[in-house]
Amino acid sequence: MPLLFAALALIALVGAAGVLLSRNPVYSALSLLLNFVAFAVMYVMLSAQFLGVVQIIVYAGAIVVLFLFVVMLIGGNLPALGRGRRAYVRAAGVILAALFLLALLFGLARPLPNGLAAVGAPDGGSVQALGLALYVDHIVPFELASILLLTAMLGGIVLARRYQAPPKD
Amino acid sequence: MVIPLSWYLILAAALFSIGFFGVLARRNAVAVLMGVELMLNAVNINLLAFWRAIHPAELTGQIFAIFVLTVAAAEAAVGLALIISIYRSRRTIQVDALDLMKG
Repeated sequence: MPLLFAALALIALVGAAGVLLSRNPVYSALSLLLNFVAFAVMYVMLSAQFLGVVQIIVYAGAIVVLFLFVVMLIGGNLPALGRGRRAYVRAAGVILAALFLLALLFGLARPLPNGLAAVGAPDGGSVQALGLALYVDHIVPFELASILLLTAMLGGIVLARRYQAPPKD
Repeated sequence: MVIPLSWYLILAAALFSIGFFGVLARRNAVAVLMGVELMLNAVNINLLAFWRAIHPAELTGQIFAIFVLTVAAAEAAVGLALIISIYRSRRTIQVDALDLMKG
């Protein structure tokens, strides 16, 4: 099981690195897909089976397709990347991200609760248990999330509508 | 065989930092959004690992992860719509070219 975890972690890290390092946004999106699938398997390992499936459907399905759609829509005829302002921005990014990682790992340098069994709590991640928790105990946040999705849908439609020239005044 | 909780946390920290670097250093706005997605995923794996390690009986961690997923979907939809809209008006999605509000 640790071997599986190591393999999945490697795949996820390779995917994440590919997102950042590839120049072509299409390859970035496909690396993102790799990362998402590795995470989905890891969710199943954490006995959150339903979330693993949802990860595949929502992230690997909807979001990556959305990214690819936008890249295909506008990425084909992007103007050439300008030079200048590039090296120091990248260096600053590396330094800030490394500092951030150090801070996170520093926070982890303390005794943690004991480890987790690889697969357990057989119904912990099942649709039934999760549905009960979601629709009974957490019904208000659930409804709020639906309003959030509706708002995002309307916002997406309004923002991406074809631009109309403003009327002459 | 038991996997230590810290493995998950270290992996999540690394992935979050990679996403953070993407948000800071990439110039393509689509790549910046991909960095945000990486960060949200790292948060999700943290939530699930803590749920499994501390409170496996209650499903709070999974509920949290579901809401993070919802927010990520909404964020991707609105963010990509914004990018399309910006591209229509400015003909670029390089984030450092969008300095209209820079003093």
